[in-house]
Amino acid sequence: MKILMFGWEFPPHISGGLGTACFGLTKALVSLGHEISFVIPKVLSDVGSVPVNLISASGVHVREVSSETVKVFKGLDIRLINSVLTPYASERQYGNLLQKRSLNLSVHENAPGEAYGSTVFDISPHYGSNLIAEVIRYARVAGSIAKSCSFDVIHAHDWMTVLAGLYAKEKSGKPLILHIHSLEFDRSGEHVNQNIYYVERFGMVVADHIVTVSHYTKEVIVHHYGINPDKISVVHNAVTRKEAEPLYHAKKNPDKKIILFLGRITFQKGPEYFVEAAAKVLKKIPEATFVMAGSGDMMPLMIERVAELGIGKNVHFTGFLQGTDIEQIFTMSDLYIMPSVSEPFGISPLEAMIYDVPVIISRQSGVAEILHHALKVDFWDVEEIANKIIALLKYPNLVAELVEKSREELHNVRWETAAEKIVQIYNHLVH
Amino acid sequence: MTNICLYFHVHQPQLLRHYTFFDIDHDHVYEDKERNLKRLNIVSEQCYLPANSVVLDLITRYKGNFRIAFSITGILLDQLEKHRADVLDSFTRLADTGCVEFIGETYYHSFAFLFSAREFREQAMLHKNRIKTLFGQNPRTFRHAGLIYNNDLAKIVEKMGYHIILAHGADKVSGWSSPHYVYQPAGCKKLKLLLRSDRLSGDITLRFSNAQWSEYPLFADTYASWIHAMHGTGDVINLAIDYQIFGEHGRKESGIYEFMRLLPREILKHPDFKFLTPAEIARNLDPVAQLDVRDSVACADGENDISDWLGNSLQRDAVASLYGMEAKLRRRKDEELLRTWRLLQESENFYYMCTKGLANGDEHTFPNPYGSPYDAYINYMNIIDDFSGILDKKRSSTNEGA
Repeated sequence: MKILMFGWEFPPHISGGLGTACFGLTKALVSLGHEISFVIPKVLSDVGSVPVNLISASGVHVREVSSETVKVFKGLDIRLINSVLTPYASERQYGNLLQKRSLNLSVHENAPGEAYGSTVFDISPHYGSNLIAEVIRYARVAGSIAKSCSFDVIHAHDWMTVLAGLYAKEKSGKPLILHIHSLEFDRSGEHVNQNIYYVERFGMVVADHIVTVSHYTKEVIVHHYGINPDKISVVHNAVTRKEAEPLYHAKKNPDKKIILFLGRITFQKGPEYFVEAAAKVLKKIPEATFVMAGSGDMMPLMIERVAELGIGKNVHFTGFLQGTDIEQIFTMSDLYIMPSVSEPFGISPLEAMIYDVPVIISRQSGVAEILHHALKVDFWDVEEIANKIIALLKYPNLVAELVEKSREELHNVRWETAAEKIVQIYNHLVH
Repeated sequence: MTNICLYFHVHQPQLLRHYTFFDIDHDHVYEDKERNLKRLNIVSEQCYLPANSVVLDLITRYKGNFRIAFSITGILLDQLEKHRADVLDSFTRLADTGCVEFIGETYYHSFAFLFSAREFREQAMLHKNRIKTLFGQNPRTFRHAGLIYNNDLAKIVEKMGYHIILAHGADKVSGWSSPHYVYQPAGCKKLKLLLRSDRLSGDITLRFSNAQWSEYPLFADTYASWIHAMHGTGDVINLAIDYQIFGEHGRKESGIYEFMRLLPREILKHPDFKFLTPAEIARNLDPVAQLDVRDSVACADGENDISDWLGNSLQRDAVASLYGMEAKLRRRKDEELLRTWRLLQESENFYYMCTKGLANGDEHTFPNPYGSPYDAYINYMNIIDDFSGILDKKRSSTNEGA
């Protein structure tokens, strides 16, 4: 089967779980004998640092596009579209990004009159116009690839690519699968950006089928977006094992246990519950060390709170980590915590488990649906989070049992299984 | 003549409350009294009272030909005495019929036998005395929690004066031998051994309410025909049934009450079948052979050994921490501390820490009241930590927090 896929990011340039998931899923799909053309936005400053061959693409007849094809592995073509879209940036950050880019985007030429879909959802010109306009421009450019290549199904990941997928569907008449990894409700809680919500919902209504990464997300879509549950299939994410041995063999210091938070320091990830639990733990175990790896709009607030609690000596901020730094921090850690407020899936606990690090995960996460050998908490129950951290630091048998059973459990968490389910959905739509 | 030996196990595990690390040294109340009372009331209404009434009717109707045995744990008797005197009365009325035998066991439904011979004997004696006081019987039959059994247990039980012991009829125990005969434990001279009929007991305990089962719905006449088919292939059929099949595990609508009402009639239709209690069997039947069982066997899912309770490092750590306190505890000579320590011995505490099969989805048949085996372990170890602090500090266990 030939698949035209629209994504946001792809390794090595990733800022969150979406790129990791796309890599794992496409690799597994290709291993099952399918061919994928993968279209992603490319921030201009990144050119040159992509460690794969860039091959210029042909047949995309949109003037402003500089589209290139990247070969990552056989069976997968990656096409890069010039755009500042990145998955997890906020509206304000887009303003900055767009200004930095010296190109004139001619936003007003494209939106709102001519742009695809603009008559269907009402985009406020006063709120979110920059971000939405860029999404629409990307849709036209990326979607036009549909005219130049042949494929059987269109597979779009998350809301930013929905319109590109729809454009491609309109040009080709092929079925569209919308794969939801994250929703505006997860990212922003009650303060949803209405425009993004409209794009998400519009995509769900017109897509031929929806795939979610958890039952948790399926429920949100049914209840908050009013979509028929029969149209939604759950395909849990998995984790990719590195073939090479971990680069670092940092010895853990038994007298100084490290408790890790790794992720964007944003509302969705619940960083404040990590900090409050740390304060409680430190009252009982003063030598424990807490590491917050990542960056995000709540980072200044967290630093202030740590200072206020007087625990700065034991709580460290690393900033945004990539590649081998992530491997190193996992290797050094004794415990990984994901206290997310709302997590559609959450691959990083699985990554921690690969490094034999026991995990505490939020019950409000998709990964909690597939993990049995993990400690689970309600994100708001700070005392219980602290209780479980202390238990893992104090009871070595608990760590041993969790690590041993996690290794067994990880054997069943495979991208091939996810890919097989996806192919079943393709077959159902094509035939 | 084939004897039907029907015995019901009656027990309610005492749940521990959610006990965090922050409670240690502050709060010394471990039991979840509210939840335990709620469960006791539910099971009293749905199971104990209606089931006892059915059993009493049957005994009256069959004038001595329907005879059964109960094994009731000491902790349940304590709870009933305190909160549900009506249920305790209904058991007393059954005792008064002369057709019901009460079986001996460890008072706190514990595994003390595996860790402390002294504690095991004390708990068995406590239970024996309690049964004597409440029901006017001196237990002659012994049943270990989880139907755990091996040669060593048999030897101790014989010394303590019991006449017969009950065990699980796993292939591991009986080997080629049929569970439908009376045996003598290896190394014993007087004690007799009965083996639970796994299939016929399981048909009621495990499968009766399962709509996917090929024999569902099971009626008394069909079941009796299976029993009658054993005619000539043994002396005794031992049916060990969890009493909570009435009510909680087998809902009223499942037809379990109707099944029970008709079962004696259907079984007694065949003139070569009769009901006897275990002690009566010990009096009337001689063992056909010796059975040599060196490794512990138990009535458990899958492996028929003690691994469901003590198979993983969490369970072994918890149980070792508990029994490791015994010497220190005994030196304190404090009845209240002793009672608390014994409550912590309840076998289900360890069963809830079982991690087997979790990832395959075939979790244990009833939901874990602590959420997960890991949570059960954390909770238990926090309590052990507090309790051992009390023993070390030589201060009173009176609760400071509540």
